[in-house]
Amino acid sequence: METDRAKLDNTIAKYGNDRSLLLSMFQDIQREYRYLPKEAIKYVCEKLNIPVVKGYEMATFYKSLSLVPRGKHTIHVCMGTACHLKGAPGVLEAFERDLKVKRGGTTEDMLFTLESVNCLGACALAPLVRVDEKDFGKVNQTSVKNIIDEYKRGE
Amino acid sequence: MVKFKIDNKVVEAKEGEYLLDVARRYGFSIPTLCHHEALGSDGRCRVCVVEVKTRWRKRIVTSCLFPVSKDIEEVYTASEDVKLVRRTVLELLLARCPESDVIRYMAAKYGITEPRYKKDTDKGKCILCNMCVRTCENIVGVSAIGIIGKGPEKKISPPFREASDACIGCGACVAVCPTGHIFMEDKDGIRLIWRKRFELAVCPKCGRYHAPVEQLEFISKKTNVPMEELLVCTNCR
Ligand code: SF4
Ligand code: FES
Ligand code: FES
Repeated sequence: METDRAKLDNTIAKYGNDRSLLLSMFQDIQREYRYLPKEAIKYVCEKLNIPVVKGYEMATFYKSLSLVPRGKHTIHVCMGTACHLKGAPGVLEAFERDLKVKRGGTTEDMLFTLESVNCLGACALAPLVRVDEKDFGKVNQTSVKNIIDEYKRGE
Repeated sequence: MVKFKIDNKVVEAKEGEYLLDVARRYGFSIPTLCHHEALGSDGRCRVCVVEVKTRWRKRIVTSCLFPVSKDIEEVYTASEDVKLVRRTVLELLLARCPESDVIRYMAAKYGITEPRYKKDTDKGKCILCNMCVRTCENIVGVSAIGIIGKGPEKKISPPFREASDACIGCGACVAVCPTGHIFMEDKDGIRLIWRKRFELAVCPKCGRYHAPVEQLEFISKKTNVPMEELLVCTNCR
């Protein structure tokens, strides 16, 4: 993907060229492109005089940063203890089947990235699914379909 | 200065000094895998554990990073608890790196020949001591490699798992690695390391391949010593 140098410069300037704010810069870039393009990591690090490997360490450490393009929406299927007991594995399977991707993968139309998490802290609603910032409680196979449809319709 | 006992021998140390340094000064032997005089401590391997007794309690600490204080009364370098913890650490390391003869040898000293844990097959001999990374960053000064990823997937690698512009092919990481994990090969005037190929310089006096051209260029730039001088190998200089 082409990365826009001027935009990257703006991002760096927004954080006052402060290298301790690298993570914030990366998050902004991630939001913009829905991933961290390699060129962007290299460019920002070089501008800030940080070894590229430090940027790469950071990019591979935080789950919110991704080196490959991600879908427009992220579906988090909770696999924490409570959700697990309430049938989360079946929910994950249903998503995998309906979206035709494996956990961690992104659909071909770039609409969804499927992830699992361990406990979102709303165990009373188990099994829980979070799409972007929205929670869906007591999910079953039918509601999996409805959730996917809801976001597809929104397009 | 404070006084306390290590294995019943009275020792003296400055407050804030690390226990490992004090113990070694007095000739006690404590195994380490991630400590190096030139690099200092990083607290990664945990084989350097000792037991510290204060007025209030006893506990196991990593000696390479534990500062001496007035509270310390006694230190044990080989008590039953120390041996138990060290044995467990080595057993875990052996499960991670079953191919490492260094780890195998150390573990055997604590009676471990086969770990009870599931053995890894994808870690090679790397125990993630971080010494290669610290050497590359602090001694060589190029930061070509780092600890990439997290959790069980963590590994040492150059950025993007490909040949790095920063790497000068010096091989300092290979020299410092306690387990011999890092692959480096010199063949037909080419050095291969970290997925990068380096042309080796030929000494004009003895005709021997001796160092990557890129490394010599790096040194030349840093020290202002002209390339012609650096191209002569250290034996002929
Ligand atoms: S490659 Fe060697 S020096 Fe580097 S972290 Fe692994 S064991 Fe330590
Ligand atoms: S286990 Fe799913 S929200 Fe806690
Ligand atoms: S030498 Fe102390 S933790 Fe490795």
